[in-house]
Amino acid sequence: MERDFTARGHHDMGGLPAGEINRDEHDYALWEKRVDALMMICTNRLKLMTVDQLRKGIEALPPSAYDDMTYYERWISSVTNTLLERGVFTADELGAKMEEVRARYPDGVMPEGSAGGGC
Amino acid sequence: MSTGHDDQGHDHGHHHHHDHDHDHLHPYDPEHHHPHRADQDDSMTYYRLMEEAVRELMIDKGLVTADDIRAEIEAMDARSPANGALVVARAWTDPEFKKRLIASPKEAIAEVGHDIGPMKLIVLENTPEVHNVVVCTLCSCYPRWILGIPPDWYKSRSYRSRVVREPRAVLREFGTEIADNREVRVHDSTADMRYFVLPMRPAGTDGMSEEALAALVHRDSMIGVTEVTV
Repeated sequence: MERDFTARGHHDMGGLPAGEINRDEHDYALWEKRVDALMMICTNRLKLMTVDQLRKGIEALPPSAYDDMTYYERWISSVTNTLLERGVFTADELGAKMEEVRARYPDGVMPEGSAGGGC
Repeated sequence: MSTGHDDQGHDHGHHHHHDHDHDHLHPYDPEHHHPHRADQDDSMTYYRLMEEAVRELMIDKGLVTADDIRAEIEAMDARSPANGALVVARAWTDPEFKKRLIASPKEAIAEVGHDIGPMKLIVLENTPEVHNVVVCTLCSCYPRWILGIPPDWYKSRSYRSRVVREPRAVLREFGTEIADNREVRVHDSTADMRYFVLPMRPAGTDGMSEEALAALVHRDSMIGVTEVTV
């Protein structure tokens, strides 16, 4: 299928119609701060990735995922993909570690995208 | 001033009230408008699990330590709009500082003990002729080194989409009415270049100390969605 290079990206929303601004704010959860901290360390200290790579990973998300995921869900998804691409760890290592972590939560893990979208 | 939604200490009174009835028809008042939505501490989700896994992999490989992460979070929590407010109050009381702030923000902000980080920063001075407001339409770029992490609404689809097309209507939602004869300029940030609004000093503040002035400066006035009032 031909790709339309003139179509604007889903993230490129300046000027589009949208509803009233929801000014509610939430206190950032510890896990969200950890994502932010990991990103800062990976970019500023370890030089494993750049802010542009973070954005590239976020902007490559399908529109539905972009909308459904929360802000720091988009970040950790992009950081993880970038670190995989860079070979910092392998998909097998990540898979094994995810299973190890999952086993710590016997009450289960909510399915992907269930955290409620927006930011 | 009401600065902190990114504090870890959770020491402000309304913290765990998630059931406010929000009435958005009221004008925005930073001192009293204190809406919250649910935190994400309480349920395990796929991406939270991913964060834990990636963090542990990075630690296992010796790239970071748990202390590194903790220290980074502490540094982040220390960056708050109070830092920016001090810069504003200094600019209001010291005309020479204001000149330096606009000419070379990094050096001037270092004078008050703060670092603007690795990004370029442009200071936008509000005047009787011009009101400035900042957005990042593509993402969430923000002068986080002097204001902390951006508020949720700054990252929202509604704000990012609308403020570049109908800024006066958006400002009105924040309770800010800009006179028709005053120009409104909207500045779209990039990852490498961030903006910081220097609000106008309100009337009736002659003789106030720098500290007292800084206490008047709310985060939103340095994004440009509100003005500073006494």
